[in-house]
Amino acid sequence: MSEHYIDQDLKRCIGCHACEIHCKNEHDLGPGPQHCLIVKVGPKVRDGVPRAQFLFLPCFHCEQAWCMAACPTGAMKKREDGIVWVDRDLCVGCKACITACPWGVPQWDEENGKATKCDYCKDRIDRGLEPACVTGCTTKALRWVKPNEASKRKREQFAKEIAENFNY
Amino acid sequence: MATRFVHSICGMCTFRCPITVEVRDGRVKHIWGNPHVTGGYNLCPRGAAGRAFEYDDERPQTPLLRDGARGSGRWKKAAWDEALDFVADKLAAIKEKHGAKALVMSDRGGPHREFHRTFFQAYGSPNYFNHHATCSNSVHNAHMSMTGLARNGVAYDYKRCKYLLSFGRNFLEAVGTGEAKNIIDLIERGTTFTHIDVRWTYTGSKATNLYVVKPGSDYAIASAMLHVLIKENLVNREFIADWVNGFDDLAAFARDYTPEFAEQASGMPADAIRRVARDMAEAAPSVLLYPGYMTAWGSNDYYLRRALYAINALLGTYEAPGGMVFPKGPGDVGVKIRQLTGQAPKPEESERFDGIGTTCHHLGKGWGMAQLLPKAILEEDPYPIRGYIAQRHDPLASLPDPAAFKQALEKLDILVSVDVNWSETAWNADVILPECTYLERTDNVIVRKGLKPRLALRQQAVEPRFDSRPRWWIYKQLAKRLGIDEFLPYETIEEEIDWQLEGTGYTHKDFEETGEIKLTDEEIWYDRKDGLKFKKRSGKIELQCDELTDCGVPCWAPYEAPPEFNGDKFRLITGKKAVHTQGRTTANNPLLHEITPENTIYIHTSRAKNLGLKTGDKITLTPEEEDKPQTGTLEVTDFIHPDAVFMLHGFGDTVPVRSRSFGKGVKNMQLSTGKLRQTVGGNCPLTDTFVQIAKA
Repeated sequence: MSEHYIDQDLKRCIGCHACEIHCKNEHDLGPGPQHCLIVKVGPKVRDGVPRAQFLFLPCFHCEQAWCMAACPTGAMKKREDGIVWVDRDLCVGCKACITACPWGVPQWDEENGKATKCDYCKDRIDRGLEPACVTGCTTKALRWVKPNEASKRKREQFAKEIAENFNY
Repeated sequence: MATRFVHSICGMCTFRCPITVEVRDGRVKHIWGNPHVTGGYNLCPRGAAGRAFEYDDERPQTPLLRDGARGSGRWKKAAWDEALDFVADKLAAIKEKHGAKALVMSDRGGPHREFHRTFFQAYGSPNYFNHHATCSNSVHNAHMSMTGLARNGVAYDYKRCKYLLSFGRNFLEAVGTGEAKNIIDLIERGTTFTHIDVRWTYTGSKATNLYVVKPGSDYAIASAMLHVLIKENLVNREFIADWVNGFDDLAAFARDYTPEFAEQASGMPADAIRRVARDMAEAAPSVLLYPGYMTAWGSNDYYLRRALYAINALLGTYEAPGGMVFPKGPGDVGVKIRQLTGQAPKPEESERFDGIGTTCHHLGKGWGMAQLLPKAILEEDPYPIRGYIAQRHDPLASLPDPAAFKQALEKLDILVSVDVNWSETAWNADVILPECTYLERTDNVIVRKGLKPRLALRQQAVEPRFDSRPRWWIYKQLAKRLGIDEFLPYETIEEEIDWQLEGTGYTHKDFEETGEIKLTDEEIWYDRKDGLKFKKRSGKIELQCDELTDCGVPCWAPYEAPPEFNGDKFRLITGKKAVHTQGRTTANNPLLHEITPENTIYIHTSRAKNLGLKTGDKITLTPEEEDKPQTGTLEVTDFIHPDAVFMLHGFGDTVPVRSRSFGKGVKNMQLSTGKLRQTVGGNCPLTDTFVQIAKA
């Protein structure tokens, strides 16, 4: 079952793309495939200041992964801890996973003619470390947590924000 | 699989962040922040892309001698002995025929200058300068004029700051890892952060308040803040009595600069100016009014910087928690570190090519004025210049009007480029001496000043990939050939490090574990009543100072309104982003280039409409008085002042062998014709560049 989650604190993210570069270092990727991606949205004016958001988009490691269902060779695999990953020896480069994924996560590795995607840096996880994007993030905007920890943090943040407007 | 961690110092830009290099089987696997120093592995994208830089083949790989016209790209590979002999012979000949001062040397500043500066000092030339003419000359010189301290004579205590005000310092795009994290922490704590700029940036996006103002009007706003603080008696009377001279002169100057005047000049509402001044006073002295980073803005930038330091002085932010603090060094804990430059003789000849110390007395020799070199070469004024060593400095990329600069370089007997990169200057040089990259070499011991001073070392992480040599070796070899190597008293880098550390009880081995040596566990603070170390003769901050007026430089100059912009004329503003700063390590970097392959040109919606332009249009940008347009791609935005046209600096690469960045984007410096000029602060007046825009 899926145990992992990368929680992005949008308020801390500065859209610097360090996560993408740390990711490329871990996976020895050159230009082209992007296991994670920062997408800038905005700016839109809020309270008189134009605000932009930078959304961090890795793989979501779905419980019922479209990419796995679509893969005809069994190259798209899932570990017990829920990490969905590409077994490169089995990948024939058919790109069915790229077609199937609703969020555009699987990437094409032109150099090797294989699909490639975020595997939450499973080799690092297995050594007790965190994914490279989380470890290297310039402003500590990314956190490697259990999904419910992320929900809890978000609720607490929301509670603080609404309480600030209470008329005690 | 053998993995080891080497703690070192980044070299991708001039922030020099502490890094930890993860080396696997002799190759760089990762580059992280150094957790022993910063408490985390976080590192900005440029730092992380140091790996891609290391394994990119598009850099000089052996010593090269020019084998065709300058800039033709025809090179002859040379052995080190041959290249060094060639350079040494030329330098000896120049000294014999024209004197040592006929050789100039420049670099990018910073603490890793010991080897080449010692060599240069021993050679006997006074003509060292650095890249600060296009960076921080005016803020350095402004602070020197008031306190005797350089800009970095104070540090910023972000962690305890209660109000942050920035004039255009783009903390969150021109990123240093530690500083960006500090700013985000500060915002998360709920500290008010007011950002004043001529355009929207990621920094403005995160600020509490953002004011987009007329370019060139900052000095009016700062003067109005002084006006409010003085008029409403919001200043720190005790601090002023103890530490500030010349308050009355400043008060007289600021009297006419009302917030209403500044509103008319800048567009920033008078009420907002009052509110910022009052809020800062409320939070004082734990206030940071950031004095400036890259300040090669307008002709009168010096006065803006003086005004910003004056606000700090009136609020008493010096050596206050959350304010500007004196960075403490080894001397503060009774440790003495030897520097090579300290034992080399000072040049007998002191007259400089840029007139600092002879015709110009109020500017610092430590930075010089790079922009005056072309005139000195071409007119042999004040004397002939025949040789130039560009040490990791690229004037043809970083100074305005590269065509004019290049024309002057043509006249030199020898131009040597010592670099890890194909710089534009290297491409036009006679000799390239390829330096090992920052991952392939160990450098001198540097001092990390701060509330807790430390020593730090850049340590070699991997073997050099090509026939390059470390800086300490290159200058030692040149010095041997010229008979001046007694001032570089080492044969190995370990010997040099131990020489620097002699008497401290430390050796080069003490850096292995963490990359740094902590000199104290406790923060050191000077007494705010009687322990501050301003370096003016009075020992105080001098708002009014005879040294300036004696040179004919007024301490406070009246605000001059910038010209009106309409039709097709715009004011050129440039900046940086996290993946791409001034360094030549980023534009052609395979991974950073992928994120930002070229610069886009931004103008305001209203101006675009008048010119019939829309986002995505190809446009031409033409400099003043020169019909040499460049072509760029337009983006129209509501979030820039209508006077301004903005683009990222560092594009339009002219070096063909940099295959990714070559020819991509607009080269802003080429638009800054006529800006190789001296200004009162020593900076090139880059934002006084006006360009015409038309549909291509």
